[in-house]
Amino acid sequence: MKILVCMKQVPQKDAPLKLNESGTWIREDVSYEVNEPDAYALEEALRQKEKHGGEVVVITAGPARAQQVLREALAKGADRAIHLEDNAFVGLDALNTARAFAAAIRDEQFDLIFTGLQSDDYGYAQTGVVLAELLGWPHATIIMQIEKKDTGIRVKRELEAGYFQFVDMPLPAVLTIQSGINKLRYATLIGIKHAKNKPLRKVAMSEVPGVSANLQKIERLYVPQKTKNTEFLEGPAGEVARKLVDKLRNEVRVL
Amino acid sequence: MPDTILVVVEQREGKLNRVSWETLTAGQALAAETGWTLEAAVVGSGVVNFANEIAGKKVAKVYAIESARLEPYTPDAFSAALKQFIESMQPKLVLMPHTYQVRDFVPKLATAMGRTAISDCIGYKKEGGKLLFTRQMFQGKLAADVSFACDAPWFVTFQNGAYRGDKVEAGSAAAPVETVKVEIGESAIRNKPHEVFKEAKQAVDLTQAEIIVSIGRGIKEQKNIELAKQLAEALGGELAASRPICDSGWLPMDRQIGSSGQTVAPKLYLALGISGAIQHIVGMKGSRTIVAVNKDSEAPIFEIADYAVVGNLFDIVPPLIEEVKKAKAGT
Repeated sequence: MKILVCMKQVPQKDAPLKLNESGTWIREDVSYEVNEPDAYALEEALRQKEKHGGEVVVITAGPARAQQVLREALAKGADRAIHLEDNAFVGLDALNTARAFAAAIRDEQFDLIFTGLQSDDYGYAQTGVVLAELLGWPHATIIMQIEKKDTGIRVKRELEAGYFQFVDMPLPAVLTIQSGINKLRYATLIGIKHAKNKPLRKVAMSEVPGVSANLQKIERLYVPQKTKNTEFLEGPAGEVARKLVDKLRNEVRVL
Repeated sequence: MPDTILVVVEQREGKLNRVSWETLTAGQALAAETGWTLEAAVVGSGVVNFANEIAGKKVAKVYAIESARLEPYTPDAFSAALKQFIESMQPKLVLMPHTYQVRDFVPKLATAMGRTAISDCIGYKKEGGKLLFTRQMFQGKLAADVSFACDAPWFVTFQNGAYRGDKVEAGSAAAPVETVKVEIGESAIRNKPHEVFKEAKQAVDLTQAEIIVSIGRGIKEQKNIELAKQLAEALGGELAASRPICDSGWLPMDRQIGSSGQTVAPKLYLALGISGAIQHIVGMKGSRTIVAVNKDSEAPIFEIADYAVVGNLFDIVPPLIEEVKKAKAGT
């Protein structure tokens, strides 16, 4: 099976975010990491390849810094990488990101494309499904298990409130992968060494036709207004514990 | 003809999904603000009863979009059915709840129509004749006001809990209901879904717990869970967790709170080392009192907390257990 994994670099979970001067995006001088669901998507692709053979290709769209995500994926066992490298890729909406991916892989023939179920920055939860529609492929979302069958695949979809569903589908297909589908591996020293010699194709914005102006626009980004009156309890740990128990007893009335 | 707002409600397993009423409330508010006509639609096979149920609310008209091929749900059939319907009706705005099912087909539908969806919104604003939809970004640390930069129809999905379902206005008379039959070719449906099932019988029903102590990534290691467990026991509450803890296998999946786990509203929700990603918040924001302990003062959990402790949970929890025990012994 030839599998493409779409990955994204996002600000680290606990990175303090600051707004840029125009209030439309964050200041980019923060630490970045791989979008967590994408790491699970990569792991699943590697496991499928180990079972059925084939190739794992990783793709990302972003500035030079985003190459780190691809290098880590190559070190973990991906065979090659595609980097759509341009600062402008950061601001694309889901439709245009999917258009760029579709254009970058137009000469390839994948059996499966994996994405994480959503990104930790925009949180659209759309790019994978949009990509499937652009390619004319079937898709399934929030996948917890993938089994190869003679005629295609059987996937396990997570539904809400603890429900699941198996779905049979033909290939090629796009799947969005849920966190926790597997246990993530670490890159080995040998893997890191080998990654340096693996192919990494760079694609410029000018090489991906079909990208238009965004169909939706972030007018402003801001720190959300608090809707609750939060009382901060301060002091040494013992004092905070006493204050909190006092609240639980006299105001919340659960003690 | 005034413009139209179309709310597409969700039905599953013989019931209207509760969040459908929330989206209808959002639709009523938007209709009042814009002067546009509010209509609703329900999609499926044999869904006219749901349409009748919606028709009792303040809406101009309700459509039952029918085809035998819409049952069971597939993204191909739902996208095809709604594309036909929306192309013929030309609504300005199409609203849906941000459920797992809607997430599965809306991006496909919008793309097939050459449009876009602003997903997982928590509200809207009207500024100078322009509609802006508010959505959370960066896991809830920031919010964005987003506008459409394309022609209608505009697709918007609203987050679970963004509007009050019990605030939906009743109509003065039942709205007319129209059944619309859509044609979907057999070959258009590529996925073959099996029956929906529940993994295992849920051992713990967290929805009944009055006190919940919940842990997140801040607990660091599996062995540290014992500390949270002791606090839960001292308080007489249940232990729960955010998704990453259950993904790691540190606690069973039936103790997970959030969009993929249980939705709870206890008297006290004590969040230890939980940053408050949206997927977790939607499962607990209805709690009567929320106490959050987190070392990151900018953690989104503090946005919804009643009492906040910025600090290391490993410093705070041991004396807290002692104080709780003392308080209990004293009564």
